[in-house]
Amino acid sequence: MDELLAALIALLGGVAGGLVGVGGGVLFVPALTVFLGLTQVEAESTSLLMIVLVALVGAARQQGYGNLNLRDAVAIGVLSPFGVLIGVVIANEVSQRALELSFAALALYVAYGLVRRAWRPQT
Amino acid sequence: MPSERTLKLVAIGTLAGIFSGLFGVGGGTVIVPLLIFWFGYGERLATGTSLGAIVLIGLLGALAQGGLYGNVHIATGLLLSIPAIGGVVFGTAIQQRIPQRAVSLLFAALLVAIAIQLIIP
Repeated sequence: MDELLAALIALLGGVAGGLVGVGGGVLFVPALTVFLGLTQVEAESTSLLMIVLVALVGAARQQGYGNLNLRDAVAIGVLSPFGVLIGVVIANEVSQRALELSFAALALYVAYGLVRRAWRPQT
Repeated sequence: MPSERTLKLVAIGTLAGIFSGLFGVGGGTVIVPLLIFWFGYGERLATGTSLGAIVLIGLLGALAQGGLYGNVHIATGLLLSIPAIGGVVFGTAIQQRIPQRAVSLLFAALLVAIAIQLIIP
């Protein structure tokens, strides 16, 4: 039963990934911890493996639909490791709670921007 | 002197990496809105390109976690990827049939959900 629920949430994570262009880790991690008993670190790591496969198939489908700028995608991906290092340093210097609240504020601000943009007459 | 476009790509890659390093996710929540706001990408092109970038970001993370620390449960991850891949094929297919602004609104809803999750301790 737990395995079925985990599979269902993984399916939903994939659908969300295809719809809005994220990897689905937001749903994969809780599926792995709650239903399959992995620790947080194991779940985040295993989720990364799933994200790679899901993003690979998703990107290939989007290329077929004509919705992939491969040069920009590679540039962003190749440049990300510097950011990861900065992120790890920040995580060790700033309190976790302050980080969570500042990212929540940023997420709400971006959501507001997207809604306002979608409301305009022509996009 | 690199062009403004190059600098923006550097910024998006770095910010996505920071987000990934802090929260252990792929970074798509950062990449999609920035491609829309800074490059004027349509929603479909932004989400497709984001998935392409996530392949590389996730690969580096998975290799580091699996190779250095042995934290990746490979069999579990591969098995659970089967429904997830089915989902992404379905999700991208639906996305071609709905208006682009609906994708923006769905993304905004996802961001609000993430914000709530972060605010609740």
